This record gives sequence, C-alpha cells and structure tokens, in this order.
Amino acid sequence: MNQNLTHLQRLEAESIHIFREVAATFANPVMLYSIGKDSSVMLHLAMKAFYPAKPPFPFLHVDTTWKFREMIAFRDAQARELGFELRVHINEDGVRQGINPFVHGSNTHTHIMKTVGLRQALDKYGFDAAFGGARRDEEKSRAKERIFSFRNAQHGWDPKNQRPEMWKVYNTRIAKGESIRVFPLSNWTELDIWQYILQENIPIVPLYFAARRPVVERDGMLIMVDDERMELKAGEKIEERMVRFRTLGCYPLTGAIESTAATLPEIVGEMLIARTSERQGRLIDKDEAGSMEKKKREGYF
Amino acid sequence: MNRIDLPAVVDEMDEVLAFMADQEKKSLLRFLTCGSVDDGKSTLIGRLLYDTKLIFEDQLAALQNDSRKHGTNGDDIDFALLVDGLEAEREQGITIDVAYRFFATPKRKFIVADTPGHEQYTRNMATGASTADLAIVLVDARQGVLTQTRRHSFIASLLGIRHIVLAVNKIDLVDYSQDVFDRIVADYTGFAADLGFATIQPIPISARYGDNVTLKSEKLGWYDGPALLTHLETISLDETDAARPFRFPVQYVNRPNQNFRGFAGTIASGTISVGSPVVVAKSGKASRVKRIVTQDGDLEQAVEGQAVTLVLEDEVEVSRGNMLVAPDARPDVADQFAAHLVWFGEEAMIPGRPYLLRTETDQVSVTITDLKYRININSFAQEAAKHLALNEVGVCNLSTGEPIAFDPYKENRSTGSFIIIDRMTNATVGAGMIDFALRRASNVHWQALDVDRDARAAQKSQRPAVLWFTGLSGSGKSTVANLLEKHLHSLGKHTYILDGDNVRHGLNRDLGFTAEDRVENIRRVGEVTKLMADAGLIVLVSFISPFRAERRLVRELLPEGEFIEIFVDTPIEECIKRDPKGLYAKALRGEIKNFTGVDSPYERPENPEIHLKTSGRTTEELAAEVEKYLGDHGIISNFNADSWSI
Repeated sequence: MNQNLTHLQRLEAESIHIFREVAATFANPVMLYSIGKDSSVMLHLAMKAFYPAKPPFPFLHVDTTWKFREMIAFRDAQARELGFELRVHINEDGVRQGINPFVHGSNTHTHIMKTVGLRQALDKYGFDAAFGGARRDEEKSRAKERIFSFRNAQHGWDPKNQRPEMWKVYNTRIAKGESIRVFPLSNWTELDIWQYILQENIPIVPLYFAARRPVVERDGMLIMVDDERMELKAGEKIEERMVRFRTLGCYPLTGAIESTAATLPEIVGEMLIARTSERQGRLIDKDEAGSMEKKKREGYF
Repeated sequence: MNRIDLPAVVDEMDEVLAFMADQEKKSLLRFLTCGSVDDGKSTLIGRLLYDTKLIFEDQLAALQNDSRKHGTNGDDIDFALLVDGLEAEREQGITIDVAYRFFATPKRKFIVADTPGHEQYTRNMATGASTADLAIVLVDARQGVLTQTRRHSFIASLLGIRHIVLAVNKIDLVDYSQDVFDRIVADYTGFAADLGFATIQPIPISARYGDNVTLKSEKLGWYDGPALLTHLETISLDETDAARPFRFPVQYVNRPNQNFRGFAGTIASGTISVGSPVVVAKSGKASRVKRIVTQDGDLEQAVEGQAVTLVLEDEVEVSRGNMLVAPDARPDVADQFAAHLVWFGEEAMIPGRPYLLRTETDQVSVTITDLKYRININSFAQEAAKHLALNEVGVCNLSTGEPIAFDPYKENRSTGSFIIIDRMTNATVGAGMIDFALRRASNVHWQALDVDRDARAAQKSQRPAVLWFTGLSGSGKSTVANLLEKHLHSLGKHTYILDGDNVRHGLNRDLGFTAEDRVENIRRVGEVTKLMADAGLIVLVSFISPFRAERRLVRELLPEGEFIEIFVDTPIEECIKRDPKGLYAKALRGEIKNFTGVDSPYERPENPEIHLKTSGRTTEELAAEVEKYLGDHGIISNFNADSWSI
C-alpha cells in the first residue's frame, strides 16, 4: 500500500491489471457491455488499460429487445465515438416464441432472452473469457465470487468448487469449451463507481438523471412506459413524474425512483442517504431467496 | 458505501463534493476474519456492518425473514445470515467460501474477507489471507484455543500477515470473566510467539450483543484496551518503503504500430522516473526509461501499485514474464529455489511429478525435486514426508523448466509468490512462497561438448529415438520390444532395451510400488533414457507406466519428436488369461497391492504416436508396424517390409 495512491487510484490500477492479464493470456476474450453505469466505468478502464492502442477485444451486447430506447441510442453513440468493435446478439428463438416480460414474467424472460442469449453468443463466437461488471457489494452470492470465475463447458458456475485465488496470481488456464468470467470491478462499491464517474467525467445513460417521464404504478414499482408494447391494466394510468433509475435493464422489469437529482453530485448525495439497496429496483432478484445464485449457476452473469 | 457523520439532508453540491474529497483521503485496510467453526466470524462481520449502518432497510427486512426461517438465535436477528450468501451455507449454518465485504468509517475504508473455519476449506482461508494486512482470529471464550486457531494463525503468518487481533468472542457466555480471557490470551501468545507477528492485540468481545465491537462495553470495565473498530481504524499499517528496489513484472507488450512499443504492467515495488536506468532481469540487458505512458498523459514518475506502460530508450528484448528492475538491486534469476508450499489439490503433491508454476506474469513447467519436510501446523514441528496431502504445508526445493525472476516472499509478496497448476485439470493445486534461490543451479555450467548428439547418431546412420512401450502387465510390451530390437540389430542399428527387470534389480532396487516410488522410478528411467538418446541410441523402453503425468514427464525431457509413445493395447481380460508371471492371480487374491488394472488405475494414452491393438495380430506384425513408423519418420533409413516374414 502506498500513501501516494488514493483509494480510487488503487482500484483503477487493480482493474487495469485485470484487463491486461486477460488480453495477454486468452485467445478470444470479449467484454459484456450492458450499457449501465458499471459498463461505462469498465469501458473507460479498458480504454485506459491499452492506451495508446484500442482494447484488443470486441464488446458484446446481449439485447433482450426490451431495453430502454435511450440505452440503445447511448450504446451506438459510444461505439461510434470511441471506435470499439460492438457486436449485438439477440436470441432469435426467443423473439420467434414472442417472449414478453409482461406476459411470461421476469424469470422466464430473463432466462431465455438474457441467460440463454448470452450462452448462444458465447458459443457462437467461441469466446474463452468474458468481462462482466458485477461488483461484490451488490449481492450476497456475488460477494463470494472470484475475480477470475471459472465456467464449465455448459457455462455453469460451481460455487463450492472455486479455484483458490491468491495474491494477483490468476489461473487463466482452461480446457477447450470452458471459459472464464472476469470481473474487473469486483472490489468497487457503488459509491466508488459514482465517485469515479464524477472524477473522470465518464458519460452515462441520461436515464440515471431525474427528469419528467411517463410512468405507471404496478406491483409497488414505478414502471416507465418506454414504448407501445406496454399495455395498461385496469385501474392503471400513465402519469408524468420526476423520476430516475438507479440501475438499468429491461424497462418492464426496472423500477424508477422518484427523485429530483439531475446532476452527478445530487445523485451521490441522494445515494448517501438512501435506505434501500441498489438491486432492490430489479424484479429478478426478488422472485425467490437465493435467486441470483441459481441464475449464476445456469450461466447468468 | 457510507452514511456515517452525514448531515440529515445532503442537498448541497458543495457538501457532497466535500464529503467525496474526504473519502479520498482515507486509507484502506484489508483484513480477514478466521478461527474455528462456530466462533462467530460471520456474526461479527454482520455486527460490524450493522453497527456502521451499512445494512439497508430491504436487506434488514429480508434478514429478519431469513432469521426466523434458518436462524439459530430464536427470534433475534442472526447477523451471520447476512454474510453467508450461498444457499448451501444458509442451510448448513456454516461458511464454505470466502466472502468479501466492504465498509467504511470516517477514518478508513475496509475490505473484509470472511473465511471458512472447517478444515477442508483451509485453501479458501489462504485465498483471503494472501491479500490481507491484518487478521482477526476469533476464539470462542468457552472453547479456548483450538486446532483451527493454531492452523489459521500459522497460515496467516505463512502468508505474511503481520498484525493479529485475538478476538475472544462470546465473552457474555462466560459472565464477562477476566480470568477466562487472561487464560486464553496466555495460551495464544504462548504459541504465537514463534510466528513472527509485529503486533497481537487481544480484545474481549460479544459479537451478538455488540460488546467492545464498535464501542467499549461497560460490562468489560476490567479491559483497558481499545474497542475492535477503534483498533482497526487506528493501527498503523506497514507503509511501503519507497526505497524498496524497483520491480516491474511485464504483463503485456503493447505494440499498436511500428512506432510504439510499450511494456504494460503494475509496479510491484519501488518508484520509477523518466530517465531512470533499468535492466531486463533475465537477460541483464540495460536501458533507460524514455516515457511513462498513461491515457491521462505521460508521467514524470510512477510508484508502487500503479498500472502504467513504460517505453524504453533502446530496442531491448522483453516479453511477458520478464521483469524490468533496478540495476543496482536485482532480483534472483534461477531455475532452482526453496519455497514454502501449501497444498490445495485433492490429489497429493508427489515430488518428481510435472506441474505448471505461475507467478504474477510468468508461467513455466516445474517439478518439486525434494520435499524437505512437512510442517505439523498444530505443533509447528518439522516432519519427514514423501508427499503433501490436501491442506498440508511443506518446505520444498523446486526446479523449473526455464529460469524465473523473483525475490524472497519475505521481501516482496508480489514477486515472491506463485501458484501451482495441475497440467491435466488446470486446477490450482498449490500456492508457494519463495524462500531463496538454490545457488547450485547457477554454479553448475554445462560443459560445451565438441562431439554432440547429432555427431554420435550420424556415426550410427540413425536418429536417436525413445520407443516407449506402455500397457498393462501381460499386454505383450516386452515380447514386441524384444523382437523389434533383434530385427533392428540385424539392420546394423544401435539399440538398447530398458525394462522393469533390468532396471528394478539394479538402478531402482531401493524403490517399491507406492505412488511416490513409481514416480521416482519413471523419473530415473527417463533420465537414463535421455542419456542414451544423447549417445545416439534407439532406446526401447518397456514399462507399464500407468500414469499420463509420468509419461509426459519423460516426453518433456527429450527433444521434440524423439519420444515415441507406443500404446500396447490388450484387453485386461486377455492379460489376465495370459498372466505369464502369475501376477494377476496373486493380485486378484489380494496378495499383491497396488497392481495396475486390479486395484490401481491405468490411464490410457490419449494421443500415442503408435496405437498397437494386439487382438488377433502376431508379434511380427506388431513389431513391423513400429519399424515402419521409424522408417516413415526418418529414424532409420532402410525400412523394408519384405525383411519381415509376414
């Protein structure tokens, strides 16, 4: 530990080290780009790690077709501006089956469009390492995951049989068909992320900032009406409210919070006095206890 | 995340910015909690998170729900459930993997590794300890110092942790007794004195009720030390010595175009400035730093912990795994060294077996040449041993395929550490801390020989080769090898046969049939084979050699293409029927132990050069097939199918 380095400088160096380690030891790595704030930070770190070169791997977005429209616009603008190679994968089987989170529920939708979609993309391109933006402070099973997290040929995670991970000596060896999920942000907290976005002036999707948006109250959550596919149930009505999002995903599954925080410092200020945890806005974690661990075993990030 | 000392409403930008600036000045302490099962590790961390207000309302609601379902505290909140994330853990009430938690106080940021107590999860504790600065060793006041207390303290010391907090927990269950506390402290300091910790701070606590966790408890008035959190906030960390020699393990060579060639890596120790002289550790080639490149602009100077890209003034050869270092204080570069080794593999470590060794950026083949002793982690005594089993610790000599650059672990945790990887499964089976280089390697120089192996082989009109016949006892290895040698001899070729009989009675008569002895047996045969191939001979080796790892060991001793693995494939039923020496009969009656194919496995070759399926074929046909291979691959020049009466 060196006194000259701040906490964020240390986290940044650790993440850059991880990016380089993967680029040096894997044949065909990919970064999973989910467009959220953590992905924005990862992208920023990846650009730093290989400067003056561009990151020597493509960026993959598994599109469920139900993302907020602003996310997709932001994604395409970033790829254009920074010049990274963007690949978009959609589970066409799921589209043909007409998978719809409003009809099939969050579990089925997430499994088919996200988990299965991701597995399809990894198999299709033969990626042997995939960066994800998960942090250990997000959720209980994440807290136990290695930075280099081994996946068997079926993309499954065996939490009871993880490779010991000592010092910064990472075991990157795998057999054919197996892969490693790599989490460069493992040791960052939500506050660290925001602080870094502020310090480095990193662009994020405008949905994180409060604005007047059309929302519907459903099951105790505020769901934004992002397109015409959302049908109103009896008694529901669309209201314009001042809201923002703490996490971003599929719009039918992501709850907004009422807020007036329209700048980064205001967001951080709001977060500091928040009384609920970040993932609470996501339907997928609430379905049942241990649900995240179950999804991860099946190959979810 | 942190909500301590905040004004009730934070709505002013200035206040937020000031708060964030404060965050930045904080130092970071990484610590782990360890101790025996049920000593209350997870409860303590849950309590720390709760008392520093890090539990959100929705998490608290879920926790109260879970506590009623799985909890062991009746209707009270069971803090351990917050931390024990995995389903299996919640059900069994134990911690099976290391979990990382984050919290902060106005003074410091903390990363906590909560590690398992059960013996079979020792490897996970080592994982947590490898990156920690301090360890909280929990002891149940009712139980006192247990085996796991000693084991974990030993591992903490082994991995270079210098500060210990001895947390005597559940003090409420012994009526807050000072006598009990004093007795445990005396017990602990008695054995920990030898472990070389810089500080040991004993604190009586009750994690469940919060006594002495964040605030000093009135019930423990006799205790005059700090509360746990106070101690964690104020203990002075071992500041890195800026004067430590510069070490820069090269991770990645960044070469986007002809005009840029940068070496990317993280500075493991010391500082570096533009213009500083550096040398390449393995070659000794010297240069100077021309630029320190980052996306935020070139730097004049960079320090330990920073991830940068260095551009040198000269075109020197540097690749991943090498190190740029200070010219006046270089690391060791050696292919033999002594190290402490912790074993994680289900399969025991056997000296002589080939593994992979990985340092931060380098990877080489390695064998443990000598297990000097095992350390009994209860008595800390040195014990003679032939192998290291799961969770055992030993001191070994290691020999690598190529020299590596390193420092002793005591001087540098980054450049003195390594892991051992199993070559078949790619599992991480061990972790090592280097003690010192063995000078033997650098002092024995190879004699430059005038007559070399090519000259010797050319004189015999052949190329050297090792024909390695592997297969079950009674599969026909020796019969085929004998006939082939006779035929090669008649062609004027220079050959030699090594088999179990002529080796076991002489060179290897001190070896038995345990797994360790079998490895050593093959190692010696491999070395003899290598010398004979050097002499230009075609060597026929006829050994059951049941393990892939050992066959691979011999293969790697020889130049590419000289090791020819011949799998003599006869079904075991047929071998048992033949039983030329009556050995199967004895083994099946249990009179011979460790007999291959009966109670010891035979690992079939996956890609043998020659796969001899013997069923329905004559010895002549089989021997001719091998000889044809030799002809096809230029080992002999005059293969003639007609010379075989088939």
